[in-house]
Amino acid sequence: MGSYLPSTAGERQEMLKTIGLEHLQDLYRDVPGSVLLADSVDIPEGQPEMVVRSKMEAMAARNTVFPTVLRGAGSYDHYIPAIVSTVTSKEEFLTTYTPYQAEISQGVLQSIFEYQTLMCELTGMDVSNASIYDGASAAAEAVMMTQTRERSKVYVASTAHPEVIQTIKTYCWGRGIAFVEIPQKDGLLDRHTLETLPADTACVYIQQPNFYGLFEDAQQVAMLAHQAGAKAVMGFYPISLGICKTPGEMDFDIAVGEGQSLGIPMSWGGPYLGIMTAKKDMMRMLPGRIAGETVDNEGRRAFVLTLQAREQHIRREKASSNVCTNQALCAMTAAVYLAAMGPQGLREVAQLCYEGAHYFGDELSKLKGFERVHQTEFFNEFMSCCPMDVHAFEAEMAKHGILCGLTVDDKLLWCVTEKMDKAAIDGVIAVIREVCGQ
Amino acid sequence: MKVPNDLLYYKSHEWVKMEGDTALVGITDYAQNELGDLVYINLPNVGDELSRDDAFADVESVKAVSDVLSPLAGRVSEVNEELIDAPELINKNAYTAWIIRLKDLGDMDELMSAQEYEEFLKKEA
Amino acid sequence: MKLIFERSVSGRRTHLTPKSTFPSKELPQALARAKQPKLPEMSEVAISRHYTQLAKQTFGVNNGFYPLGSCTMKYNPRVNEAVAALPGFARMHPLQPKATVSGCREVLDTARAHLCEITGMDDMTFQPAAGAHGEYVGLLLMKQYHQSRGDHKRTRVLIPDSAHGTNPASASMVGFTVTHIPSDVEGCVDLKALKAALDDTVAGLMLTNPNTVGIFDPNILDITRLVHDAGGLNYYDGANLNAIMGWVRPGDMGFDVIHLNLHKTFSTPHGGGGPGAGPVGCKKLLSGFLPMSHMGSRIWEGEKPDSVGQVRAFYGNFLVVVRALTYILTLGKEGIPQASGMAVLNANYLMHKVKDAFPLAYDRICMHEFVLTLESVRKETGVSALDVAKCLLDYGMHPPTMYFPLVVKEALMVEPTETENRETLDEAAEVLLAIREMTKTRPEKLHLCPNTTPIGRPDEVGAARNPRVRYQFPD
Repeated sequence: MGSYLPSTAGERQEMLKTIGLEHLQDLYRDVPGSVLLADSVDIPEGQPEMVVRSKMEAMAARNTVFPTVLRGAGSYDHYIPAIVSTVTSKEEFLTTYTPYQAEISQGVLQSIFEYQTLMCELTGMDVSNASIYDGASAAAEAVMMTQTRERSKVYVASTAHPEVIQTIKTYCWGRGIAFVEIPQKDGLLDRHTLETLPADTACVYIQQPNFYGLFEDAQQVAMLAHQAGAKAVMGFYPISLGICKTPGEMDFDIAVGEGQSLGIPMSWGGPYLGIMTAKKDMMRMLPGRIAGETVDNEGRRAFVLTLQAREQHIRREKASSNVCTNQALCAMTAAVYLAAMGPQGLREVAQLCYEGAHYFGDELSKLKGFERVHQTEFFNEFMSCCPMDVHAFEAEMAKHGILCGLTVDDKLLWCVTEKMDKAAIDGVIAVIREVCGQ
Repeated sequence: MKVPNDLLYYKSHEWVKMEGDTALVGITDYAQNELGDLVYINLPNVGDELSRDDAFADVESVKAVSDVLSPLAGRVSEVNEELIDAPELINKNAYTAWIIRLKDLGDMDELMSAQEYEEFLKKEA
Repeated sequence: MKLIFERSVSGRRTHLTPKSTFPSKELPQALARAKQPKLPEMSEVAISRHYTQLAKQTFGVNNGFYPLGSCTMKYNPRVNEAVAALPGFARMHPLQPKATVSGCREVLDTARAHLCEITGMDDMTFQPAAGAHGEYVGLLLMKQYHQSRGDHKRTRVLIPDSAHGTNPASASMVGFTVTHIPSDVEGCVDLKALKAALDDTVAGLMLTNPNTVGIFDPNILDITRLVHDAGGLNYYDGANLNAIMGWVRPGDMGFDVIHLNLHKTFSTPHGGGGPGAGPVGCKKLLSGFLPMSHMGSRIWEGEKPDSVGQVRAFYGNFLVVVRALTYILTLGKEGIPQASGMAVLNANYLMHKVKDAFPLAYDRICMHEFVLTLESVRKETGVSALDVAKCLLDYGMHPPTMYFPLVVKEALMVEPTETENRETLDEAAEVLLAIREMTKTRPEKLHLCPNTTPIGRPDEVGAARNPRVRYQFPD
């Protein structure tokens, strides 16, 4: 068996003796005899590292790793610079706890402070928390931030990511808050609803670019929300902000995003990174940890966790959120990624995504039956028709090592990242021709 | 611990200063001392109707948060917005740093005199 | 130390992405950002050195003893990291076709089977991303359970006064009101108070057992029975499972729903605050309500009409589950109870060595952690729990949890974990005894600690009064 216990059997006996006991069982005398297990639990015998490792490797080998990924929909196959995992696998960062003891945690606290600044720069917003679980839970927490005594109704764009919509819906059900989905037309949200928002509207949530990759008239949405006295919340795709207009520039009150695209592997859905930023006047409503700058007793620059009286460990049932941890290591991943990219690199990545997706969209629509579904502006994702059964198409493409666009009803939602160049896309087009007999 | 004679007091450590048909409400020196350095205060809205014992504000120190309860019934006619940027005024002088002004007063029978409050503090200790 | 922004030099950069091979295309002006983000402009070597310096000012389990109560700072095995980095796990898109992810499914199914066996539960979801997120899901299950039976008046949750703050905060998030149950003199649930609080408006009880003062509640079977008899459900907060895994199961103690902290009990790294994972296990009666992935359900399991919905995207922190499974397979059926047994032995051994110097909050056999109360020390010498904690920093040891649980005054909560050896415990005891001597001889010195750390005590009041939560670039 494998074990990480340093103590020998002899030491164990001596330690038991020191405290006046004979057997390990004696430590469990408060446990009622009727439920104390006679033997251990029924799981396999322990194994040494080498055996376990090959077992896990065998499981990993039963998965298919696609060399070509043309699927996004909330998880994106971007290039991850080598420096990223080198930094985040440092044992100090990996094995430390939430930085409660500031004097020996300046490194991790400073990294959070830098992360917060980077998120503000990326989004054009004023403040950021130290991150939360993922983009969907960040969206739900953002919606909760807008609740007041007079305003509780939540309007969510039906063009947002379906899992984000569902997550917000669950949080609303939990708190007993009215949830309204804003209808869509031609892949964009129907602004009609927003022109007549009731007086108890707390917020409007939209996603930019939306689930279909399309640009909403986000600025207009923020304006309509504000006209009704409600808050405007935007879900963003961090990479797009390398070139796209920021939520700050469009006057949103809160901006949240899934940070996975900033250096975090797709990881079958997690762990990811929930980015939460806001205007200054909403700072105290932010859930989770926030690092702040101060000085120590000798006047030296120092960082601490601050504004803690917002949080559950102090406010308990009166706290507006139960969030306890952040995703510090994922936040650091995003920070290292952005430092490695720099402003120029991030712009280039976003531009490559944009150009690549448009080149692919143009080439694809030259094929029979793959017309684009929507005609408006998009970033790096778009919907196309499919001339054959989508699942059969998906399976055929998989045989060529290509994870094709996500099947959405009988259509496909494609995504192109900077990993694809023109030659790679031409290759994909050739495979599609072959698969569809064109 | 200062307990000025011209004020009335409440069991949850608030003070009341009657001014005509209105009342100023704050927290006592004892309360600010227990809480330590205050870093933030959440204030109510003008117009809020309060019953006795309603939590109308909360004060935060670095490691704690505490509700401020209304010692009497009334309607909030003014809030001390100076405290938003400078909650430490309460630490400096708890009896000048009023938090709210109430009008349409009622339910005042639980208020204590300075002497009664001092007795009360002794018992609590 | 310089901030990353202060190391930025205009024009410096790395070269990570290729030149465009596409026909050039510009984003319409109306959609383009006007102001460029001030990201650092750095060479790779400068980035690398910056973070190496930050690492030097960070204290992890690998740096030394970390007896942070309630956090289970055990060693994080390296093989877990190696396995989680396998491309066959790390490079999987969450919405791949079913036939291409049987390995991922196997990870979840195997982890579910073993964790259900360890906890005595029937089913489990891995969607919750953290312990508090798990509590939230558990309470949603409770809410859905009562509503599905048309029992709409059950909106109260009973929570001991010694509970973690997340418990009452989670209860509020599902619209429940909280009734606090006082602890008795032994630090356990006051049965009389519990009985008095139970009626047909109680949705359930949330309990940590062993509780937050490190004691296994001997009345546990009575407690859960009383709640069941009143029509409520029992929620097990798995924060302290590391004391009992392999010895006794929450399912057998009468709990209906639990959350686990894989980042505590199952050795996955804390990462400075996350990512962790908070899977929720439940008995059959709640199984149909478990969360689902809206999009994933089309690929995997079909719709779940009674599900409470979802609380985040996709299936949870999958790579954290990969690490935990690696750990479980390594320890196996003998290793699991040995780990918890040693965690308890280590705690009792250290407690025994220091209890004459610092009074115990509850003087009896403890589980995996124990609580010291420095109230009398403070009265006698003016030295607080905070002072002692800060002094420990100068000895290269991470302090215990301070000022928790709230029911103990001047609390220091010590959890050594099973992966520490006897020498480390002996040294820690000596340090604590030496500090206790100092409280008598030179108490004033303790107020000035720490002296050997990169910074001294920070001004937290100033930080909260004038929040500076991002870097201000010079104009």
